[in-house]
Amino acid sequence: MTAQVSDAPVTPGAASGDVLRVEHVAKRFGAVTALIDVNLRLARGEVLGLIGDNGAGKSTLLKILCGFQQPDSGRIVLNGEAVTLKSVDHARSLGIDAVYQDLALIDQLSVYHNIFLNRERVRWPLLSNRAMRKLARERLDDMGIGLQSVDLPVAMLSGGQRQAIAVARAVYSEAKILLLDEPLAAMGAKEAALILDLVRDLKRRGDVSVIIIAHNYGQVLEICDRVNLLQHGGITLDKPSKDTSVQELNDIVIAEYRKALEERHRAG
Amino acid sequence: MSEIVQRTPAAAGGSPGGLAGGSAVWGRLRTAGAVLVRQREATVFVVVVLMIVYFGFISTAGRSTFFTRVDLVNLSQIAAQIIIIAIGEVLVLICGEIDLSPGFVYMFAPFLMHYLIDFYGVPAIPAILLSLLFGAVVGWVNAFLTVNVGLPSFISTLGTGFILWGLTLTTCHAEQANIPASAAGIGRYLGSDAWSEIIWAVLLVAIFHVVLTRTRWGLHTIAVGGNQLGAREAGVNVARIKYGNFMITGVLGALVGIQVAFQTSIIDPSSGQYLPMFYSVAAAVIGGTAMLGGSGTMIGAFLGATMLAVLQDGFFVLGISANPLNMIFGGAIVVAMIANVQLARLRGRGRAI
Repeated sequence: MTAQVSDAPVTPGAASGDVLRVEHVAKRFGAVTALIDVNLRLARGEVLGLIGDNGAGKSTLLKILCGFQQPDSGRIVLNGEAVTLKSVDHARSLGIDAVYQDLALIDQLSVYHNIFLNRERVRWPLLSNRAMRKLARERLDDMGIGLQSVDLPVAMLSGGQRQAIAVARAVYSEAKILLLDEPLAAMGAKEAALILDLVRDLKRRGDVSVIIIAHNYGQVLEICDRVNLLQHGGITLDKPSKDTSVQELNDIVIAEYRKALEERHRAG
Repeated sequence: MSEIVQRTPAAAGGSPGGLAGGSAVWGRLRTAGAVLVRQREATVFVVVVLMIVYFGFISTAGRSTFFTRVDLVNLSQIAAQIIIIAIGEVLVLICGEIDLSPGFVYMFAPFLMHYLIDFYGVPAIPAILLSLLFGAVVGWVNAFLTVNVGLPSFISTLGTGFILWGLTLTTCHAEQANIPASAAGIGRYLGSDAWSEIIWAVLLVAIFHVVLTRTRWGLHTIAVGGNQLGAREAGVNVARIKYGNFMITGVLGALVGIQVAFQTSIIDPSSGQYLPMFYSVAAAVIGGTAMLGGSGTMIGAFLGATMLAVLQDGFFVLGISANPLNMIFGGAIVVAMIANVQLARLRGRGRAI
């Protein structure tokens, strides 16, 4: 527990300090306890890697942070103020946006309609398609995402391009806290490089804080300032990326697996 | 910065890379072919035109009654009913649902108007508006059962449809009723004037075409059907979209029922039922609306409905018995679906080239 020492009082709206703190969050689904006691903090402009094996509850935590689900207990502190995230829209209005594993893209809609989904520019009663097309174009160029046309349905894009569109959508919504769920899953080397570049670019801007959920430790360490390991319903490791290694993280996860295996042997 | 390898997109209009100098006609033909492949509506449009030519000129060596006023009015009335309900079905189908009940709302709505006017002394226009509102209530119930209770819409709307069927027959004692005298005036604008129904249909198609393609409501409808979870995660109010589209369909079903009552000058418990729904779903599907949601167009449904109406009216003109008609309908629907699938494959290939 190297970094869990931010005991200094955080004043609301302080330029430094944590933009997000998760305190004692628990969540269960019927008989299954997904999260027992999660404590986590995220500094402004920081990129935090949240790792853990499949089923450790990473996606549950993400869904709580983006307002899709409510925790059973515990609280979320945003810029020093405890908040209840009532819905995805509510979380988004507070500057928290997520890019889900399934990307939440609509295959049938064009790139620019996807980017503006639910935040459409409207000259009532009609959509301002021209304005949205132009803004989407600008934003994608700005982020270095070289698409030929924003009119293409996203069904025609590659996995990396789709991910990039989803990230662009979240960034475009002026998200201050960006949650990326397995952004590199099932991605080729070139496409992964695109996403990593995108995150680096965000980091350079400094005003967006990012939590990346992943189980590829190598890529996470490459891009993140700090990593947290989620195990047994809580954070069991919190270290700056430079102080840990793929080897260490692997060892911890495999040790856990061995332990579970032994317990099962003993039980069976 | 990393470059993204970009597949060649389908050119938006006009065929790219057409070497100048060669045969311009061939190029134009290819463009037309590309449009046909890309635009499902264009295919249906061509089929409709061919059918009209056949019934109008070829089948009877130019002595057809197809183009007489009586027949055109008849055609327009058949088409209008299918079109108006198909508008609702397109919206509901794009959402990934189906509504089997509009034909039964169609059945009950004119009776409700009759009860309100003749038994409760409600003036004509409020009575008509209340009957339309009743359609919205049925749509609300359909949506409630589907969205909140979690029934498949096939079942929830089947249930409400049967309930309405029974409700109509019970309350009218399975007997016809006359149009209330006070409603006859307004009825001219709704259905008793020859072209009134098709005018309503065209106006409604135009309005809902804009709603579907140019408004947030339309975009969210496609989003809900294309990827419901994704739409929800993006913050789209999925329930509201489904409620709204079921309610629109209910109102349109009620509207058609009232229109047909005025058109035929009688409120008949044997009109409506499941056929208008079947025709309108068929029209939507022929026009390219996906049964699994996410895509569909009003223009396509309009043309699909016109195609079914031309078939129906054409058989009438030819003096062929109505009995084999449904075989042709069935065949047309199957052929349309096969064409749908094949054209989708062609479209995919066209994209890769």
